[in-house]
Amino acid sequence: MLWWALAAGGILGSLARYGLSLLQPSTGWPWATFGINLSGAYVLALFLTLALERWSLPAAVRLGVGTGFVGSYTTFSTLVLETLHLVTGGHPWEALLYLHVSAAGGLLLAYAGHQTAMGWIHRRGQI
Amino acid sequence: MMSLWVAIGGVLGTWARFALGNWVARKWMPLFPYGTWIINLTGAFFLGVLAGREAGGALSATWYALLGTGFCGAYTTFSTFCYEAFFLWWEGNRKKAVVYVATSLYLGLLAGGLGLWLGSGKI
Repeated sequence: MLWWALAAGGILGSLARYGLSLLQPSTGWPWATFGINLSGAYVLALFLTLALERWSLPAAVRLGVGTGFVGSYTTFSTLVLETLHLVTGGHPWEALLYLHVSAAGGLLLAYAGHQTAMGWIHRRGQI
Repeated sequence: MMSLWVAIGGVLGTWARFALGNWVARKWMPLFPYGTWIINLTGAFFLGVLAGREAGGALSATWYALLGTGFCGAYTTFSTFCYEAFFLWWEGNRKKAVVYVATSLYLGLLAGGLGLWLGSGKI
């Protein structure tokens, strides 16, 4: 059951990432991956905080959504590859900016997702 | 048709991440996210190799969709990386958070560059 939930999440996350990547031009700033990784960082922190602090979800649901869907929607290897492609394409400063803005933005959005979840929990008492 | 290869690779990548992450967590009971750390570095290296092969015409678009976009894309993860780094910081393990982020980014770049170099067959 757990493995099927992971598979279902993995398929949806990978296809969403692939679909968005098709909209991305082959050169220049990798907007698709950038948007995917930042939105995923926010959503995962929001979901995991709610799952840990408030909801008591079955493991299959928690892992299917968190580890399966959001985990495979976002990607670290493509971030690295795109950074390297910016370097080899003659844009070293954009490469540095892309890597560091992704990381800093992802960390801030993980914090923001956590805070959003805590805000909901405290305001409503229950979700 | 490419979507099918991406989906199959995505399932295998997700399973590999879950299995390896769990195995590392059980084996070492880490106070540092070694699982995701190893996964992201090895995945960056492997995607580099694949991209190098593909650019040189040694790997078809179909295989790249399966192994690169599908497997490596789903095997590695940015959202868990951010959550773990945030959580280390939030819990007061600030030094570990900084080490985790810095080593993931710069060793990831090194691993990906090495993979790209090896994959493009320049040695």
